[in-house]
Amino acid sequence: MRRFLVLRVVGKLLIPFMLLFALYVQFHGDFGPGGGFQAGVIGAAVIVFYALIFGLPAARRLVPDAVVESMVGLGVLLYAGVGVAGLVFGGNYLDYFVLGADPVSGQHRGIFWVEAGVAITVSGVMLKIFYMFAGRRRALEDQ
Amino acid sequence: MTLAHLPVLVVVVPLIAAPVTLLLRRPGAAWGIAAAACAFSFAAALLLAAEVAARGPVSYQIGSWPPPWGIEYRLDVLNAFVLVLVSGVAAVVAPYAWRSVAAELPRDQVYLFYTMYCLCVAGLLGMAATGDAFNLFVFMEIASLSSYVLIALGRDRRALLAAYQYLILGTIGATFYVIGVGLLYLMTGTLNLADMAARLPGLQTTRPVLAALAFITVGVSLKLALFPLHLWLPNAYTHAPSAVTALLAATATKVQVYVLLRFYFSVFGLQLVTETLPMPEILLALSLIAILSASLVALWQADLKRLFAYSSVAQIGYITLGISMATKEGLTAAVVHLFNHGITKAALFLLVGGIALRAGRAGFDRLRGLGHSMPLTSIGIVIAGLSLIGVPGTAGFISKWYLVLGAIETGRWWLAGFVVVTSLIAVAYVWRFVEAAYLSAPGKRTPAPGESPPVMLVPAWLAVAACVYFGFDTSFTVGTARRAAALMLGEGP
Repeated sequence: MRRFLVLRVVGKLLIPFMLLFALYVQFHGDFGPGGGFQAGVIGAAVIVFYALIFGLPAARRLVPDAVVESMVGLGVLLYAGVGVAGLVFGGNYLDYFVLGADPVSGQHRGIFWVEAGVAITVSGVMLKIFYMFAGRRRALEDQ
Repeated sequence: MTLAHLPVLVVVVPLIAAPVTLLLRRPGAAWGIAAAACAFSFAAALLLAAEVAARGPVSYQIGSWPPPWGIEYRLDVLNAFVLVLVSGVAAVVAPYAWRSVAAELPRDQVYLFYTMYCLCVAGLLGMAATGDAFNLFVFMEIASLSSYVLIALGRDRRALLAAYQYLILGTIGATFYVIGVGLLYLMTGTLNLADMAARLPGLQTTRPVLAALAFITVGVSLKLALFPLHLWLPNAYTHAPSAVTALLAATATKVQVYVLLRFYFSVFGLQLVTETLPMPEILLALSLIAILSASLVALWQADLKRLFAYSSVAQIGYITLGISMATKEGLTAAVVHLFNHGITKAALFLLVGGIALRAGRAGFDRLRGLGHSMPLTSIGIVIAGLSLIGVPGTAGFISKWYLVLGAIETGRWWLAGFVVVTSLIAVAYVWRFVEAAYLSAPGKRTPAPGESPPVMLVPAWLAVAACVYFGFDTSFTVGTARRAAALMLGEGP
């Protein structure tokens, strides 16, 4: 891939904007189409794009396997943690009403962290699947 | 405060344990977390069962959204009983898994095993606890997807094929279930099971509701392995790791039986299922074929694990036979057998796992003279086998007794005879083990004398002891089952 100068330069130019778009989809999910799942997929797609241009080993240096696997667990833990926070603040499980000063801001805060958890896990799972499929031939050769 | 939140904590604690085991990455720590979470769930389930028995149904509103808009967890005698079975088996299998999984899985996959184990337990408990039809589907998927992975972790490459088979059939089952729920939602505008039941009268003979009943029946029957939809089960049980087989055989199909009971008797209602439609006749015919054919097939298996897998199909036939009677005795038999067969199969598969550890596999050629080399394991299999047959003094007898009572009560003496005669086939397949273990000289492939390690033997013997205990003290099992049967037949709580 070293030879494709145009691809490499355009890729490097585009990647920051793609990441920004992922964040936009994440945080604008409250008001328009979007949310954690879509943002997580876009975020993972950025890394997949990077891997296609610069090669899988470069992508694995950028986002190591251990990080990807931790993301899978962390997102779920964050989601479940919001539920437990509801318990701690005196409500039921996944009760967002008690998370803020008034019920509306509580709902806002609750769904914000839940969506963050979804985004982390979804992009983790997407990358894990991509790494496993893309690394399949190498894993077989190693044996 | 905590006590009020138990209905959700019983599910959430294993669910949170799953990502924690994934993040810890260390086999020992992952095992500790998983075992502690299962033990917590068991304690919580026992407390809940006591609470429900004393004060009636418990309702919990997730996110403080009142039902029918929000998701409600609703526990009555029936599903509190199922929670006790599932969490109890999970809590017994978890310590056992320590050695068994270390021996059967590559070291770098062990922590992932416990992640999947926690997810599977959380899914099964969630299915039992929830009072929301769609939430039930989500938990069904959690339990199923994790069990496909657990089965695929088997040592043998055939485990992959077995998991794939189960994946295809299980997905069809879940899809059918969700299509049925979709149709019900279309007609009633609600997903809350209790609310659905309140809105269904008057709509019961409309075509979408009948289609929903058909889809849910076929979908759930696939998952509970009712003949002829059982084809995934023998391979999945045979090739899965020993601890997984014990967990799934004792819990997964039983929770699906609960789902069927819930939809038939709490949602669709007795009248539609038993009087308007010929469901009892269909269930009866399929159960009879399941019992007879699977027992006969079990007789010819060359592997003990596979033999007991086929016997599971037959035993599920006894449960659905009880459901098909739709009388108080019949439903009591079904609910009691759900529990008794669960603990019996847990005991058997845990002990077979011990043989697999010492002998590699549990083929009959390796069982010759096992009574001398592994005396405790062998006698345990014989005792649990007696419970499988239904010999007085074991848990299995209690279930068969109520089945026979139910058959006589509905005036079908031939059915009572059928239950007794098919139990004789169970005698024959359990005898095959006795013959190999006690009446044959040790062969070349018999393992050297020595038991499986105590950490595996003690949980297995706990399950064996439960088989005997619940054969004598039936106040918990039969008492709860009678109340559940009364509840299902609408005779008050």
